[in-house]
Formats: sequence, structure tokens, C-alpha cells
Amino acid sequence: MIDIASSPSLDDNPNCADWFDLSYEGKVTLRTAKVEIGQGILTALVQIAADEMDIHPDRFEVLSGHTRLGPLEAQTASSLSLEVTGRAIRLAASALRHLLASEAATLLQAVPDDVAFVDGTVHVGGRETPLTSWTLAQTVDLNVPVMAHTAPKAMTERCVVGTSLPRQDLPAKAVTAAFIQDLSLDGMMHGRVLQPPSLSARITHFDGEAMESRFPNVQIVQNGSFLGVIAAREDVAIRAIAAADQCTTWDAGATVAADLVEAIGTTEAAEEVVLHKADSPNDSGAAIDPTIGATLSMQTRRTYIAHASIAPSCAVATWRDGELEVYSHTQAPHGLRDALGIVFGIDPVKHITVIHTPGAGTYGHSGQDDVALDAALLARTVPGSPVRVLWSRADDFAAAPLGAAMVVCAQATLDANGRMAAFSIVSNSQPHARRPGQDGAAGMTAAERLEPPFAAHCCDDVPLVRGGGAERNATPLYAIPNIRVAKRIVKDLPVRTSAFRGLGAPANVFTLEALMDDAAAYAGVDPIAYRLDHLEDERAKAVIERAAAMAGWPGRESDDEALGVGFAQYKNRSAYSAVIVRVRLDETIRVTHAWAAVDAGEIINPDGLHNQVEGGIIQATSLTLKEAVTFDGDRITTHGWSDYPILKFSEVPQIAVELIDQSHLPPLGAGETSVAPTVAAIGNAVCRALGARICTLPITRDAIVAAIG
Amino acid sequence: MTGAIEFEVNGNAVSVAVAPTTPLLYVLRNDLGLRGTRHGCGEGDCGACTVLLDGRPITACNTQVEAAAGHQVETIEALGETQPPHPLVDAVLAEQAGQCGYCLPGILMRAKALLAQGGAPSREQIAAALDDHLCRCGAHNRIIQAIATAASGGGA
Repeated sequence: MIDIASSPSLDDNPNCADWFDLSYEGKVTLRTAKVEIGQGILTALVQIAADEMDIHPDRFEVLSGHTRLGPLEAQTASSLSLEVTGRAIRLAASALRHLLASEAATLLQAVPDDVAFVDGTVHVGGRETPLTSWTLAQTVDLNVPVMAHTAPKAMTERCVVGTSLPRQDLPAKAVTAAFIQDLSLDGMMHGRVLQPPSLSARITHFDGEAMESRFPNVQIVQNGSFLGVIAAREDVAIRAIAAADQCTTWDAGATVAADLVEAIGTTEAAEEVVLHKADSPNDSGAAIDPTIGATLSMQTRRTYIAHASIAPSCAVATWRDGELEVYSHTQAPHGLRDALGIVFGIDPVKHITVIHTPGAGTYGHSGQDDVALDAALLARTVPGSPVRVLWSRADDFAAAPLGAAMVVCAQATLDANGRMAAFSIVSNSQPHARRPGQDGAAGMTAAERLEPPFAAHCCDDVPLVRGGGAERNATPLYAIPNIRVAKRIVKDLPVRTSAFRGLGAPANVFTLEALMDDAAAYAGVDPIAYRLDHLEDERAKAVIERAAAMAGWPGRESDDEALGVGFAQYKNRSAYSAVIVRVRLDETIRVTHAWAAVDAGEIINPDGLHNQVEGGIIQATSLTLKEAVTFDGDRITTHGWSDYPILKFSEVPQIAVELIDQSHLPPLGAGETSVAPTVAAIGNAVCRALGARICTLPITRDAIVAAIG
Repeated sequence: MTGAIEFEVNGNAVSVAVAPTTPLLYVLRNDLGLRGTRHGCGEGDCGACTVLLDGRPITACNTQVEAAAGHQVETIEALGETQPPHPLVDAVLAEQAGQCGYCLPGILMRAKALLAQGGAPSREQIAAALDDHLCRCGAHNRIIQAIATAASGGGA
């Protein structure tokens, strides 16, 4: 099947030359704004291009996330990189190959169809010629529209895609200085910034004289309630910022509800109905007569989650002659560039360059952009000198955006046969994506502390058309005649929330899959059979059936062990995952095993997909059993790893993953696919082992004691 | 600031003129240019900065440089920048035992110390040895498998 639908990434970058450069003999530069965050995307994109161009993957170099030299694309998020950029790369690589083949045919007086490329060397009729992709590229105009020349290969002709090409970036990351945190530029200074005790706190007094006498060689930078230090040595900068903290008095900040999650649950924010499907126009799901069957309801809550990257946020900024250059591990290089333009009042396209440099995994919008503004503000005071800012572990917990707390209420009405006749869900939440530059707001914390301050960022949540934020995966894929999905977005709490892996999906799938299990129990039907009975999508059925077979469902039941299942198609449009876990309850709550079946359409790199699915299961297990950010008022009281335990090596489950090959179908994003089903599966397994439903995340021993007394 | 502090790093004698209380991590990374050792939490809680001091794993972020004076320090560069690389490095790459990869240098140093004890550690023993190390991406099982492979003399 020839795939010639365009890609949104081609809208701003329509030409072959926007994506590829063959100026250097034997090398191909592939350009993209998508960035490597540990998911293996750059290797996968090379595989796609290598196939279309018939050039060995080793010859590719990727220029990723460079705002001056690379294409303008949306941020790396929502499992969209393969679906959107992968398609653009395939189309562009194909067009390039056809342009070069046409030129070769002209030069060699051959028919284009007889021209073949073998690792970049032109062959005609099976015989090698002196022409190469690189010699041809010297004369062929590549500034021509991709869509006018593209004709991607048939799936059966691809030979690099579908193989487990090892990650091209991993060798360096395993043993060398490969990260933004390791970047060392000539003349680089070390900066540190004082993070406020809460989002709204402002400096009332700073004893600058005391600081200057203690640290005569340290430069102190203050602008409003933004306070930082610059030193030649990193260890001196760390000591100086600790001293600055002692020299600073902050006001009390805002007064907030004692229980923030409770405030989200009881918000009076307007309800926004995002989807309403009824089997007749007059029939709103809730109006179904409950006497014909039963009405089951559920309220769940999830606390705030930290991105909790192993490395705190970091950036290096340099000002030279009014031009700003920033090295950053942002997921949105262009968004960061534009947001910095807002703060500094300069044309970002002309005067600011953001260069992506990998950081440790962040799984969403961490302090990656905030720290870039910190570095740029400090660097502005020492023109010509690069300034590196690395947040402390405590800063990263306290100042970075959090994954939103949520309270989800769902209701299912069963008909007389126990089938789900209506399903209604309302997800209360803070917004799930507040990236810099969004809605024209600076959106970085330091901007709000400057004098005069930039307005705090308060935008709407992600709309359903982009996969939804609070309502992500709130719509069941199950065939239910009446479905109503709504959300209430809480905008008035002084807690900064933004994208964390899956956005609202983990809380929503946890809720609706719990309700499916409860409905199955009410109907007296096995939970797997109940789900299959409510599904029309064959791909959904297939992953559930496969996972059940892998796990030996329903498995042996015992007093303290049980299996549980969770299923979702991420965003109801990306990859399908069914996950079954075995939970053991004794002194602790342990997930001992996990089995996952995944359908991600065409698989570009099987081992890479496998790795993402495994990682999602382990991270979701950690979220479900352990993770919670704690507050005192609006002050975050999570400071270090001892306050925020994550799953340890000795606690990880044994995991089996099977990938369902659908190489005739388009690839579906899979970076987040296993997370929400795993959360749901653990919830259901705990319920079966305990005989009681735990509706609060994380599911800790304390939560169980509180629930069952 | 006092006199020079002398010790050995990866078999080479080094001398640094820094305050004796300076964390070893900053000396390795900034004074000696050995930036393969990661800065993680800076509080000794995540294991990312693990190096070997006389063969024993320590967290360099909360170890003062004076503790290394007269001793031998071994960093990830001793495993990764040799030819051929250490079997542990080969095994990690063969298993694709990482996602972001940030935790790997510290884990590899811990694994080197574990393997130096001899024998073929079980999965449980390897996991227990790694419990002072945090991995946030979820590459745990692959990392354990890679260490088991290297311990059994396998590898790429």
C-alpha cells in the first residue's frame, strides 16, 4: 500500500531540503525539531529515512531541536513523533530519492525505474555506476515540495524499518559526558538561582551586603524576587546560593485550602461536556431508568506527581552582542525560543537560538524550560560568558511543574442483562499542559518574579481534538450506547501543573477500568469476557485476548494474590495496550509480574517499542504504589528522594511483552501506551486480592488501611 | 583553600588545589574533566555519581575530596574509554539496557564492584546490589540482565 497522505510537519517545512542535507560525501544530515528523551525516536527516524533512501543508517547524523538550523515542528510530546514526524521523514526521504533517481536516469540515459541505490551508490540494471546520492545532490535542486515528488516504498520493500537497530545515542550516554548537565563551554560560569518557598512567595528583604562580604568573588543578580549567583566554580556557586537563602526573607505567599486534592474534588469550576453520545437525541445517558438494572458509581483521586528526573533541570545560556544562545533539554525548542523572546522583548527568530541537548528522562514538561530562563537572566549580566544553571534536587521537586492532581467521578448504568447501557464521567483537574509561549504567555516561573512581573500563566487545558488533557482516555472504547464525558478545569490553585506522561489518562483509565471490573462482578461475568463482550474494535479485542493468554488468566487465586487487567487505546487513537499484573499483598504491596500485549501498528523498531512498553509498566507501577508530592499549604514539602520514593530494583515486576505485528497499518505512537493500563490493572488486582476497592492513588498500605479500616 | 590534594584516578596520579571539603564529584567533573560521572541528586540518594574508592562504591557527591587523598579512585572513564570497552559496557549495549541512560555510569561502577566479588550473582542479588541506584525510565530488568550476562562471562 502506498501511503501518500501528508504530515502536519510538512506544512511549515514543505521541501526536501528542509529535512535533509547531503553536502558531506558519505553522510546524510537528517533535521528534525523532535528530540531524544530516552525513547529512541532519533534512531527510529533514521530507520525510516534509510529505507526510503537506500542509504545505510550508520551514514546518518541527526540535527535535532536546533531552532536556527532545523525545521519548525511541534514539541516532542503525546506519543506523536512517529505518527507525525515519522511520516514527514518518510515522505521527504522518498521524494529526495526520486529526485536523485530522476537526475541519475537523465545523466545515464536510463529509465528512472532501472535506477537503484545501494548504500547511496547508483546502480543501473544491476551494475554499479560512478554516481552517488552525494554527487547527484550537488546538482539537483532539493528546495522543491516533498508532496510533488514523493512515492514511498511499499511496506514489503522496507528492510531497515522493522528491525531492532540499536539506539545510536546510547553508547555515548552509557559512559561519557553526553548530557546537557555535562556540557562544558569555554569560559563557562556556574550559576544558581534561589527558588521561592512557594509559587506565590515574594522577597521582602535581602541582605546583599552580608552576601558580598562573605562571597567577594561571586556575582549576585537580583531583579524583583528573582535572585541568583554566578561563580567561576560550581561548588562555590552552591555554597553561595545556600548563603543567599539565609540572607533572604520571603513573605508568606497565598493562603490555600488545607487539602488541595479535596479542593479539586469540590471545585465549582464550570463543567465542560467534551463528548456526549446518546442512542437517541432525547436520551441523555443519566436519564436511563436505573430500575431496569443497576447503577454503579466510583470516585477516584490522584495526588500530584513529580516528573522526578534523575537529573535536575539544567541549561547553559550565553549573550553576545544582543544575541541569546541557549542549550536546553526542552521538549519544545521553538516554544522556548519564542517564550524567551517575550521575556527579553526581542525578536526570537532573529536574536535567539535554542539548541537541544539531551537531559535525563523527564516524561513530560519538567523544569526544563524554567531553568533556561534562569540561565538567560543570569547570563545577561555577564555578556560573552556562558552561564550554566543546574537546579538542586530540592528545587526540582519544589519549582518544576507537577503532574496534575485529579478527582474523577464516573457512573455506569447496567441494563437488565448486566451490559453497560450508559457511562458518564467527570474529570476534575488542574490544566495538563502549560508550556512556555503557549497563549502568548512567558510561562516560565522566573518571569513571574521579575520587576515588573509577567502575568502568571493560566491557560485552558488540552482540548479533546489534541487528545484531551483532563479528559484524555476518559471516553471508553467499549461499545456503550450512551456516553457522556465532561471535565472541570481548576484554574485558581497556586500549584503549577503541566504535562506528565499520559496527562489525564492514568487517572481516567484507572477509574473506568475499575468500573468495568465492578460491572463485570455485578453481572457475574469474568472481567476479560465482560470487556470482550463490550468491544467491537478487533484490535482492542486482540490485545486483551493475547494478554489474557500470556498471563494464564484468570490464574490461581489465593488469599493475598490476584491478577488484574487494564486496557486502553492511548488517546483512543494511538497504540492499544492490554496489561495484566499479579499483585501480592503482605507487609507491602508488590506487583510481582506483568504481561502486556501491544498493537502499535507498523513497528519501526521492535526492541525500542518493547523497551518503551516495559519502561511504562515499571514507571506506572511506581506511580501507582508510591508516588505523591506533599504540601504544607502551597509549599511543597517534598525535598529529596527520601520524601519521594520511586520503585527500586528489588521491587520491579517480571515483565513479558508481546507486540502484535500490524506492519500493513500506519505506526501508532507508543511512548505512553502501557502506563494507564498498568495503573488500572494494579487497581483491579488489588481489589481482587483485597476484596475491596481502593480508589485513591497512590495505593499505599496506609491507603488500604484507611479504606478498609 | 589549602595545599594540593593528591590521589590516583583510573591509574593516573593527580593533584588538585581545592578546599579539602570540596565534594569529590565537582573535582572529578570540573577540575579533572572526567564528566562521565553524573551529577544526580547531590545528596547521595540516587547513586548516579557512584565511583570506586579503593574498589569500594561511594557516592562522589557527598564524599569530600580529602577522603580520596592517597587513595585510588576509579570512574566510568576506566570502563568506557578503553579499547575494547569493559564487558559490562558491551553487555549493557547488547541488552539496550537503558532509555535516557543517565543512571548507567553509576550503575556500571556498582556492577564492577559486584563482579569483583566473583561468582555469578543471581537476579535477586544483582537487584539488591542496585537498590541504592535509581532508574526512572524503567530499564531495570534489562540492566539486571546485562549485569548477569557480563557476570557469566557472556557479553556481546
